[in-house]
Amino acid sequence: MAHSYTPGLRVTPFATLQRRRILPLKGEVTVRVGDLVSRDTVVARTELPGDVATVNVVNRLGIEAHQIEQYMVKKVGDSVATDELIAETRPFFKFLKSTVNSPIDGTVESVSTVTGQVILRRPPKPVAVTAYVDGRVIEEIPNEGVVVETQGAFIQGIFGIGGEAWGKIRRVVESHDSVATPSSISADMEGCVLICGSLVSADTIKRAIAVKAAGVIAGGIHAGDLKDLLGYDLGVAITGTERIGTTIIVTEGFGAIAMARRTFDILSSCEGMVASINGTTQIRAGVQRPEIIVSRPPSPSDTEVAASSAGLQIGDPVRVIREPYFGRLGSVSALPSELQTVESETRVRVLEVALEDGEKVIVPRANVESIAL
Amino acid sequence: MDVLASNDGRLPHEKIERIRQLRPDMVLQSGGTDGGTVSHVVELAEFIAAADPKPRFGTGFKLPVIYAGNKNAIDDITRILGEKTALTVTENIRPTLEKENLMPARHKIHDLFLEHVMAQAPGYRKLISWCGADIMPTPGAVGLIMQTIARKQGINVVGVDIGGATTDVFSVFDEVFNRTVSANLGMSYSISNVLAEAGLENIARWIPFDIDEGDLRNRIKNKMIRPTTIPQLLDELKLEQAIAREALRLAFIQHKQLAVGLKGIAKERTLSDVFSQESDGSLINMMELDLLVGSGGVLSHAPRRQQSMQMMIDAFQPEGVTRLAVDSIFMMPHLGVLSTVNETAATEVFEKDCMIYLGTCVAPRGKGKKGNQVLSFEIEFQDGRREDGTMNVGDLRHFPLGLNETAKLRATPAKGWDLGHGSGKPVEAVIHGGVVGIVLDTRGRPIQFAADRPAQIADTVRWNKATDQFPV
Repeated sequence: MAHSYTPGLRVTPFATLQRRRILPLKGEVTVRVGDLVSRDTVVARTELPGDVATVNVVNRLGIEAHQIEQYMVKKVGDSVATDELIAETRPFFKFLKSTVNSPIDGTVESVSTVTGQVILRRPPKPVAVTAYVDGRVIEEIPNEGVVVETQGAFIQGIFGIGGEAWGKIRRVVESHDSVATPSSISADMEGCVLICGSLVSADTIKRAIAVKAAGVIAGGIHAGDLKDLLGYDLGVAITGTERIGTTIIVTEGFGAIAMARRTFDILSSCEGMVASINGTTQIRAGVQRPEIIVSRPPSPSDTEVAASSAGLQIGDPVRVIREPYFGRLGSVSALPSELQTVESETRVRVLEVALEDGEKVIVPRANVESIAL
Repeated sequence: MDVLASNDGRLPHEKIERIRQLRPDMVLQSGGTDGGTVSHVVELAEFIAAADPKPRFGTGFKLPVIYAGNKNAIDDITRILGEKTALTVTENIRPTLEKENLMPARHKIHDLFLEHVMAQAPGYRKLISWCGADIMPTPGAVGLIMQTIARKQGINVVGVDIGGATTDVFSVFDEVFNRTVSANLGMSYSISNVLAEAGLENIARWIPFDIDEGDLRNRIKNKMIRPTTIPQLLDELKLEQAIAREALRLAFIQHKQLAVGLKGIAKERTLSDVFSQESDGSLINMMELDLLVGSGGVLSHAPRRQQSMQMMIDAFQPEGVTRLAVDSIFMMPHLGVLSTVNETAATEVFEKDCMIYLGTCVAPRGKGKKGNQVLSFEIEFQDGRREDGTMNVGDLRHFPLGLNETAKLRATPAKGWDLGHGSGKPVEAVIHGGVVGIVLDTRGRPIQFAADRPAQIADTVRWNKATDQFPV
């Protein structure tokens, strides 16, 4: 049996998922294995070292660097307050006295006898990691975090902007190929995850930001609009740290592309439920796609299909991901093994796709992705 | 990612904040000649310590820092950074004003890259268990092969390996080897960055048809998010090859900027040189280049070899008489590794199966008005056949000349144009064939483009036809 190994994005109404919730630095884990947690439960916390300020004490006092310690009023590790004296000269005539005061609240980190520099550090900043999804702690990674397991609908997007967020799902269009406009978004959508059908424009996203929507999910976005929103042209698809006021997840790609019907239907069926979303995208060195997770208990009708990596087989649903059939859905109807020459004169392995309207087309195998259940 | 210097104009807290933001894979710290002042280099170490930087990978790891500066500061540096970072001390990269000593620091960077950065790559440990030989980063492996070519043939070589994420450029001029890795200039993962850095106009000038700006931006971004796709349509192939020209061009500009005498090699200078802090310019002289070698998917797997040749000519703009070759199926990195295990086998495979000679480009350096004569030429083939004629500004011509065949070229450039012997001076040369043949290029150096879009399209269509780039 011929196989294609094009990875697909998962779009499924029910799956069991695990998410690692790890601190950026070692710290304290605040939950135990077996604990039930909700998305906003703090599962681990630590403190990031505070910012620093430097003071060149020797220049200010007019002394040599190697003499600095005898002029320091505060020593390494001492607390200091803003404007508090940290170093001074002690001349015979008091009017010749020079002093150096702290520019910040914090502690003395180091005193250099080589450069004469004193480094002060502000108090540490607390950092907490939340559970992100509603679920149960199934593993503790000592001093680093936990693994949380959840069940529910799971949809991977192709590209996203912004980090983790959560909110109630609100559908703002009637169908998967409708275009959401700014007027589709109302003030009562604050904190919601908005399902916007096909194309979402910069104006519509700006409206979503204005009403403080938690997230915007759409089939496509124009690259020019993305540039407008970010204020720069995104060069490499490593995202997640943007702070534009909402999280955006694109399910199909750049341009005007209808959201896959299956994706739209699953999201519509979850309307009113809370979705945990994350726009973080990384295309290489450990691929990470944006995701929408709607945690919910299993119902009798739920059957979970394991994520498959066996490759494509005849009958599998696929999405074409490059011109000339970009965005079209269909199923694999043939997997010829011999190389074929396509219009660009490139010799490649191909497959035949029966598109949704019945047309059968030949495309390079690299140009489809499976729609994983 | 960034270079911080004691005199870069940034305030101390700005330097510290910058180091914290970057979360680098490693830090190389240098500064001072041995026995010179220690305070500047110690100050920078204090900033690194204050920043308390965390490596990108792993919460339990310390950031690798290589110290390659004034040896008199080693104790202070160790005291300041020894606890907070994974400090490695090596020889000073500039032990005296007159001498550079880059190799020890280069080796440490290489070791730490494999140990700290590559080791974090998914599957790396499993890969090590499968491999009998040391794992070598691609630029290192291709660099080995480029040096072998230059050494064996006694020629000046420029090589390029264009990948999905990065483009590596190698050069050997007068036995001096230089290598640059242009991160974020590539054909898939980084394709959008090529657009961001080159600009839409520079990409569009290579596209032989009209395309809406928004459509082009969307197509490039779609390639970025689905990097493994292949151009099925001819127009899509033309777009990718237009972007490749710009990725190659930008990577070569970076290479020329970095391949300079003062920075790139260990050299002794005379006392009078010591007081001149000026760089002695790029080592890359395109008129002295003998061979241009291309590797990487877009060059090795182009449906027609003339597409590979034209992409390289357009991007690198060789001057005078230059031979071109391409890696047949993108095997240079593998042969680079093989050469460390069995050099004879690697050399044989390289000569028989890897290098595909494309032919020779003949291009005078100069500028002129479109339509003005640039060159008169005569080519005498081995079978007695002759081709002669004249060429004007903006012309491109192609003559077949097979692999292992040679021809005699006699060419006289017009005044203001130089083929290697000076302005207007005639040149005679034996030129080598290849799977493409000879390309005579009088489009100017740098290539002169029409100002308006319709004329640009007409020119690119004409150039493509001249070298039989595409079926239509």
